[in-house]
Amino acid sequence: MKKQINLTKATKSTLITVGMVVVAYVILQILVGAGALSSLMKGLLVPLCIYAIMAVSLNLTVGILGELSLGHAGFMCVGAFTSAFFSLCFKETMAAGPRFLLAIIIGGAAAALSGLLIGIPVLRLKGDYLAIVTLAFGEIIKNIINVLYVGRDEAGFHFSMKDAFSMNMASDGQVLINGAQGITGTPNDSNFTIGAILLVLTLIIVLNLIHSRPGRAIMAIRDNRIAAESVGINITQFKLLAFSISAGLAGIGGVLYAHNLSILQAQPKNFGYNMSIMILVYVVLGGIGNIRGSVIASVILVLLPELMRQLNDYRMLIYSVVLIGMMIFNWSPKAKEFREKYSFKRLIAKKTEKEEA
Amino acid sequence: MALLEVRNLGISFGGLRAVDGFEIEIKKGQLYGLIGPNGAGKTTVFNLLTGVYKPDDGKIELDGKNITGARTIDINKAGIARTFQNIRLFKDLSVLDNVKVGLHNLYSYSTLSGIFRLPAYFKVEKEMNEKAMELLKVFDLDKEAEVLASNLPYGKQRKLEIARALATNPKLLLLDEPAAGMNPNETIELMDTIRFVRDQFDMTILLIEHDMKLVSGICEELTVLNFGQVLAKGKTAEVLNDPQVIKAYLGE
Ligand SMILES: Nc1ncnc2c1ncn2[C@@H]1O[C@H](COP(=O)(O)OP(=O)(O)O)[C@@H](O)[C@H]1O
Ligand SMILES: [Mg+2]
Repeated sequence: MKKQINLTKATKSTLITVGMVVVAYVILQILVGAGALSSLMKGLLVPLCIYAIMAVSLNLTVGILGELSLGHAGFMCVGAFTSAFFSLCFKETMAAGPRFLLAIIIGGAAAALSGLLIGIPVLRLKGDYLAIVTLAFGEIIKNIINVLYVGRDEAGFHFSMKDAFSMNMASDGQVLINGAQGITGTPNDSNFTIGAILLVLTLIIVLNLIHSRPGRAIMAIRDNRIAAESVGINITQFKLLAFSISAGLAGIGGVLYAHNLSILQAQPKNFGYNMSIMILVYVVLGGIGNIRGSVIASVILVLLPELMRQLNDYRMLIYSVVLIGMMIFNWSPKAKEFREKYSFKRLIAKKTEKEEA
Repeated sequence: MALLEVRNLGISFGGLRAVDGFEIEIKKGQLYGLIGPNGAGKTTVFNLLTGVYKPDDGKIELDGKNITGARTIDINKAGIARTFQNIRLFKDLSVLDNVKVGLHNLYSYSTLSGIFRLPAYFKVEKEMNEKAMELLKVFDLDKEAEVLASNLPYGKQRKLEIARALATNPKLLLLDEPAAGMNPNETIELMDTIRFVRDQFDMTILLIEHDMKLVSGICEELTVLNFGQVLAKGKTAEVLNDPQVIKAYLGE
């Protein structure tokens, strides 16, 4: 009897989270159709999806695996540049649909691979080394891209770490990655619908992972590493699994980002540690380990400053009050009690909860 | 042949010889006690047996297989499971999930099956739930299956640790002070449960305990450890009447 309840409880919670996103998507699409959204708001729809994907994927590392990552924007950056490079190369020779699908796969895979490469040496160590290494990784990736020049002519690809001229291309050669100027002319394949689909996919991947055998192993490691080993859990294997998936999903956020702009540059404000910290703030405010909370927090915190534009001077004041309010809502024991009492889960599984009490 | 055979086991921490020349032989189906004053090295023996520490000398054989210096997870796969003196549960997982983590290596499906909810996921999860509930029933924890482990009362947390260890289907179960912090009633109940586990699961059990009533009540044989060395061993009644043992305990 109970096991039945257990299966559906996790599934129901996932469906509620995904349902929320779908409903929000439909409402926003209707508003767009009715012309009720300002162009500024319309411009925020894709970023909303990107930030939510970033926060959900970071929460997999921070909340579920229990490791601190301070370079999540670095994985976004890897996904953005690899996919933009690919799309630019095949801009003329492939149809937009399959090209973007491949771009998503390439960006996600490249970011997951870089997560794996960082994780292999770092996650084997006991202790909090991941934070410092990911912080360095994010900065290094950004700096490498700023001095990277890649071009193409009939002879093939040319690389340089100095300037575009030293690539020695034929005069009709095309510069693809132009150092600090980045990538120009990436096809604008991102749109709100694809963003919403990718957010839903991210949520399904993360939530289903959590509620399955590998997810339990990951959370067991988080809760008690020694006990997890004592029951035969391979610590390194599951840490790497969680961290690579987290990095890969951040890469997909990067793909969306790159294909939403015509000029892609690696700057401190988009791929620096400021961005990593901001996403971490969304995760913390939404609740560490609370996936649905990450979506809600990123939506509120991305929209809020824009919605309050006309309030001018009071904007930042209100913003900080909201931050503090969310902090209290998520972390004070009293508020936790209140939430548990009136949560969806509780209302659905009233009977089981009563037995517990 | 003995299920567990340990010869000349030793480890030093800096200058401290925590365990020295330790030997033990446990036959299949035995309920065996490891006793000794605080700091004698009992928990360290468990840590050596389970690969948490690598021994400086000696040899450990389980069921004829040399497991000396093996990794903790391989030792668990070879058939040793344990509980901890300071309870180590997966505190933010439910009671049921704690046991299901214990079932990790016995039931398997791919990560992709889990993420995309393929048929293997539903089939194996159902089997895992059934098996886990069966174990929880033994420890009278089935009604708390959905409760977070950290919300269980102390005595039940100790029981859940035993259930989780048993879930890995071990040949040998190591219990480190299972009655610590329990009241006399809970201790008596625990004694019954330990006996029941031995009979029901055909289990071999090595337990560390301070409570002499529990030790004399359920252990058939004892080894006494003092300052890292074996002070006495043999039938429970004889060992407990050994003047040397009495002195070690009184002199504490
Ligand atoms: N990791 C360690 N590092 C240093 N000393 C240790 C370590 N583990 C145990 N010891 C020491 O070994 C001795 C035996 O400890 P322990 O095995 O916990 O005793 P018991 O379980 O019999 O009470 C103690 O003196 C303890 O301080
Ligand atoms: Mg001890």
